[in-house]
Amino acid sequence: MKKLLIIGAGTAGTMMLNKLHRTLPAKEWEITIVDKDLLHYYQPGFLFIPFGIYKPEQVVKSKEEFFPKEATAIWDEVSQVIPEKNEVRLASGKVLAYDVLIIASGTTPRPAETPGLNGNLWYKDIFDFYSYEGSTLLAKKLEDWQGGRLVINLAETLIKCPVAPLEFAFLADAYFTNKGMRDKVEILYVTPLSGAFTKPVATEVLSGLLDKKKIQVIPDFYLERVDEERKEIVSYDEQRVPFDLLVSVPVNMGADFVEESNMGDDDDLNFIPTNKHTLQAKEFDNIFVIGDATNVPTSKAGSVAHFMAETLQENVLNYIEEKPLEASFDGHANCFIETGFGKATLIDFNYDTEPLPGKYPLPVFGPMNLLKESRLNHAGKLMFRWIYWHRLLTGKELPVSSNMSNAGKEKQHRPHEDPVVV
Amino acid sequence: MTETMNTNSIIEMSSEGYLKDPMQWTPEVAHTIAKEEGIELTDLHFKVLLYLREQFLNDVRLSIRRIGKSGIVTIKEFYSLFPGGPLKKSSRIAGIPKPASCV
Ligand SMILES: Cc1cc2nc3c(=O)[nH]c(=O)nc-3n(C[C@H](O)[C@H](O)[C@H](O)COP(=O)(O)OP(=O)(O)OC[C@H]3O[C@@H](n4cnc5c(N)ncnc54)[C@H](O)[C@@H]3O)c2cc1C
Repeated sequence: MKKLLIIGAGTAGTMMLNKLHRTLPAKEWEITIVDKDLLHYYQPGFLFIPFGIYKPEQVVKSKEEFFPKEATAIWDEVSQVIPEKNEVRLASGKVLAYDVLIIASGTTPRPAETPGLNGNLWYKDIFDFYSYEGSTLLAKKLEDWQGGRLVINLAETLIKCPVAPLEFAFLADAYFTNKGMRDKVEILYVTPLSGAFTKPVATEVLSGLLDKKKIQVIPDFYLERVDEERKEIVSYDEQRVPFDLLVSVPVNMGADFVEESNMGDDDDLNFIPTNKHTLQAKEFDNIFVIGDATNVPTSKAGSVAHFMAETLQENVLNYIEEKPLEASFDGHANCFIETGFGKATLIDFNYDTEPLPGKYPLPVFGPMNLLKESRLNHAGKLMFRWIYWHRLLTGKELPVSSNMSNAGKEKQHRPHEDPVVV
Repeated sequence: MTETMNTNSIIEMSSEGYLKDPMQWTPEVAHTIAKEEGIELTDLHFKVLLYLREQFLNDVRLSIRRIGKSGIVTIKEFYSLFPGGPLKKSSRIAGIPKPASCV
């Protein structure tokens, strides 16, 4: 029997397990998945928990619920991959051998990377919403908060779901408005990038939203530390922004075993150099990488993991059959952006094309509005949770194509200029 | 937008002032853009610019963090070379695209 091993049973790993279980000949291949945590979190739901829109229990299920019955699961933490020996070491000391390895270990927030961030103020006046714990504790905090300066800060440019902090700002505006206390809250969005929006067309179409919602943007702020005594965030060039409540998106890093195995790229964020089209690890032929764990230049998002899974399924089969890795991922990402008050906008892009306005043609949902606020888009975002639990994780077909389509998009006068680098 | 520069050649710039074709870059182009940014380029500036270009041409995603890890300058030094928004300014002077997010 040959062995295919998957590290990580999150969005991408669970999809791959289901897809390969259906396509690999069971007599020849034994598929094993390893994860350190029994629970599957629907991470897009973390955005809604602080505002009481989702209850914490709506975003958690058992991982095993989404595995094929015959699958072999090992509950342990991977501590090292040794590609030269085709071996994976586990925290318990156990060693797993593989013929083909799929790494789907994702990324997590690391507040300890920034001095002062997870010190005395952590989970008192400083919160993250990228973890289950952070988002549920923040919900409690917001319930009784009397108002003041709410600062939303991105510690690093390379974070998963790059639009989530902006959505947080929009939802906070709606939340405090609905509570009748918007006049008591100042909302600041502090980003290391040159603005809340950075792409020419999106900036043109969407930046008015920030003014309308009275969200102040402080650009070009690259966080060095938090001054706990003065309750200020401090940048590398000594800009200081005071806060009463800091909602931080801490540095995001890939799994520690990546560093332990010396497999990460030069950012030192534990993301694995991956061929952006074939999804094969750049340095190892029998290792493939999917989802947030890669270093490919598109967004780290569940929708991206889904589109990647189609390519990866084909290429794993190609690899096993010793054929060229012909399936090619185009960087396709498709993200709803919640804008508050029951509305959302939608963006669709890939490696080569920036988000453009127009319609997003879907056989089931019909035309959604790209780069425009609408109630239908919001319904789509909420519908995504159902699709995620019932279709996506089990690797079923979705009514969207994995490569990006330009049908329904408005032609722009301006040609595409800058590739997505974050 | 097309801009004529002091270098006897025409360099095409994007609406945001970045070179459309990174291959049109020369050290003279760098000096001209740097002047617009109010920066006098030194050898150390050029070491950073060449590093950025090399990384970009190898399809690497650039960040302030990576430059801090490059061994050429620390993050603080990077800020003192290109004050304000060091990555966007240095990218513009290095003739590579604007650092951007997905929207
Ligand atoms: C607040 C928030 C909002 C978001 N909103 C959206 C959205 O609207 N739309 C969208 O498409 N995406 C969204 N995302 C992003 C999306 O959730 C992720 O991109 C997606 O889950 C990535 O899937 P993955 O499989 O790569 O990683 P994950 O789903 O994170 O899975 C990684 C798995 O690996 C396991 N693992 C890690 N290290 C080890 C180890 N050493 N040993 C064993 N197991 C290990 C983990 O336990 C985990 O189960 C959002 C994310 C957040 C945080």
